[in-house]
Amino acid sequence: MERTLTALVNDRPGVLARVAGLFSRRGYNIASITVGAAEEPGFSRMTIVSAGDDVVASQMVAQLLKLVDVIEVRDISKEKVVRRELALVKVKTTPTTRLEITHILDPFRVSIVDVGHYSITVEVTGDTEKIDALIALLHPYGVVQIARTGVTALVRSGAALDGQNHLSDEKNA
Amino acid sequence: MTIITPSTIDNEAQQREKLLQPDLISGSEILLRSLLLEGVECVFGYPGGAVLYIYDAMHDNPEFKHVLTRHEQGAIHAADGYARSTGKVGVCIATSGPGATNLVTGIATAYMDSSPVVVITGNVPTHQMGTDAFQEADITGITMPITKHNYLVSDVADLARIIHEAFYIANTGRKGPVLIDIPKDVSAALTYFSWPDEVAISGYGASVQVDEAQADVLIDALATSKRPVIIAGAGVVHADAADEMIAFAQAIGAPVTTTLLGLGGFPGDHPLWLGMPGMHGTYAANTAIQHADLVIAIGARFDDRVTMRSDGFAPNARIAHVDVDPAEIGKILTTDYPVVGDVGAFLRYALARVISRNASSEAPGGPSSNATRHTTAWIEEIAAMKRDYPLSYKDSEEVLKPQWVIQMISDSTHGDAIITTDVGQHQMWVAQYYNFRRPKSLITSGGLGTMGFGFPASIGAQIGNPNALVISINGDGGMQMCSQELAICAVNKIPVKIVVINNQVLGMVRQWQELVYEGRYSSIDLSGSPDFVKLADAYGVKGLRATTKAEAIAAWQEALVTDGPVLIDFQVPKNECVFPMVPPGKTIGDMILSPDQA
Repeated sequence: MERTLTALVNDRPGVLARVAGLFSRRGYNIASITVGAAEEPGFSRMTIVSAGDDVVASQMVAQLLKLVDVIEVRDISKEKVVRRELALVKVKTTPTTRLEITHILDPFRVSIVDVGHYSITVEVTGDTEKIDALIALLHPYGVVQIARTGVTALVRSGAALDGQNHLSDEKNA
Repeated sequence: MTIITPSTIDNEAQQREKLLQPDLISGSEILLRSLLLEGVECVFGYPGGAVLYIYDAMHDNPEFKHVLTRHEQGAIHAADGYARSTGKVGVCIATSGPGATNLVTGIATAYMDSSPVVVITGNVPTHQMGTDAFQEADITGITMPITKHNYLVSDVADLARIIHEAFYIANTGRKGPVLIDIPKDVSAALTYFSWPDEVAISGYGASVQVDEAQADVLIDALATSKRPVIIAGAGVVHADAADEMIAFAQAIGAPVTTTLLGLGGFPGDHPLWLGMPGMHGTYAANTAIQHADLVIAIGARFDDRVTMRSDGFAPNARIAHVDVDPAEIGKILTTDYPVVGDVGAFLRYALARVISRNASSEAPGGPSSNATRHTTAWIEEIAAMKRDYPLSYKDSEEVLKPQWVIQMISDSTHGDAIITTDVGQHQMWVAQYYNFRRPKSLITSGGLGTMGFGFPASIGAQIGNPNALVISINGDGGMQMCSQELAICAVNKIPVKIVVINNQVLGMVRQWQELVYEGRYSSIDLSGSPDFVKLADAYGVKGLRATTKAEAIAAWQEALVTDGPVLIDFQVPKNECVFPMVPPGKTIGDMILSPDQA
């Protein structure tokens, strides 16, 4: 099954390489990986989307925790989470299709961030399914380029982690 | 014999005080001071352009002991041998580029066997990094998958803290190598020395307490097991828990098999000892595992050379696994009773629980759950296996059999020596025929299986144990992979006894080609190898040769009484194979016990 892991890591050079290298040498696929600053300076949060059964997922967590630069890891695949991805989609337009396309875009609550003579660029945010659906609808018009960020995720409020100070948790090495 | 030891310090506290002074010093001097503050007795290394400042600082610090090897690979293996034989951190130094990459095999060797080594490499100056400068290599990138952690020092102000952290990480939790890469400008830069009082590494907590709830479940399971087997691994040795291991095995009445790296973690002359399990394990060890109802792995990781076909391993047993590394549990086998924690702490906790339970069950009218009574029939069954299927080989009076040579060496030391091996047939014969009785008495590359490891490792072991008898047992193939270190034995009068089990072929490869590849021998002929006696002589090391039992006994006696290094070339037949052997793809129940069955 698809796995989403969230990891709090030191914001240091090479940490992404350590994590990516670990996944590659242990034979775990990376569908997407996102990294950005976490709530406290000096730390980053990574969201890794991969695949595997429960045994593989627990190995991913345990192996990641062995990296000194990894502070905390959690497999949030079976938890209530907010998952978001952002995509920029450049689609061909003609004077006749332009209006039709904007009608398709309406229910997706997207922003048109760039308009040219022959194409427009759309920014869409949501879960992976929503973005896949929009791209599928735009395909007949000619999708020129797509850039996707990959999934980032947080456990929903009310779930176990909520309100906890993650950095105070000592992890086992 | 002259062994390098730390210089006599009249007043250790005074010396330490001197080292701690906040003087304005260079990165190189910070390195040397920090290593001395970590209690390093000796480093192994090889100089070069990027570490010139470091070697320059050594010139002014005569109390800093450095052994110049003849190859960086020799330095890292020696540091590893020092670490494994003492339990202290081994240290080596190499320059940038080729110096650093020559360490890679040795770092991977230490990593696979969880050996605490700190590796110092120089690198090109910071402003040249990334420009493909002369002798530049991205050694932190290269060693990421084979170090427990590594550092690239970008600011001299961080250096003392990083060294302190590196030593802590290397020798706590599941041990392993840590590399510190120091660019040349950092080793030259000046700063005021400041030694950190404590280690605070966010993301690393090494003191792994035993999960008592998990341990209790396992201890309850022991009470109902009638056929338990303990697999004791390197974790027992690393945790200095050999005594606790004996007490625990006796208290629960369980036989013990020791993995290759666990040999010595349980005494080879103990009645509960089964020998080594796995591909070249004993009949008793493998059969006991296949018949067991409970397998308790303690500080062992179910390596594929132990389990062989893992889906046919211990088919009737529940699996208990005690390990300091949570990632090992469930990695290979589904585990019924996982216990995360330090092996020594687990054994002490479990022993106390089992003793109190045994005592209460022996009280008049108490429940008859005494574990040892439960397993009496099993212990007798195993004793019969050991008696009926001992290790065996066809001895000869015409030629010298390698197994006989190992037995002769074993008998001469009574287990009271440090043995290092290389990799291959001789390594397996040592594991089978040398009777190890105490922990840290076998130094061998188990996980990576590195040829060329054994001889330089013995040099490190001898420097760490100046009063011990250290014997380096090699094949004629591996001996040629690091023989250049004969020079440092001669120069420093390091009295290692160097044994070459010389069969003129790559024996283990030959064995596989004979048994698995239908006798199609390919690139195993080592004819053209040097005369090892002359090779030793060329370095100024005494060389002896034996081709018969009488010569072997005489040569070995001469070696033992010789004050200094000696190489003994034991000439043995080409076609000897290691048995028992579990063929690839088979379970450990499917052993070939002798050549007649092959």
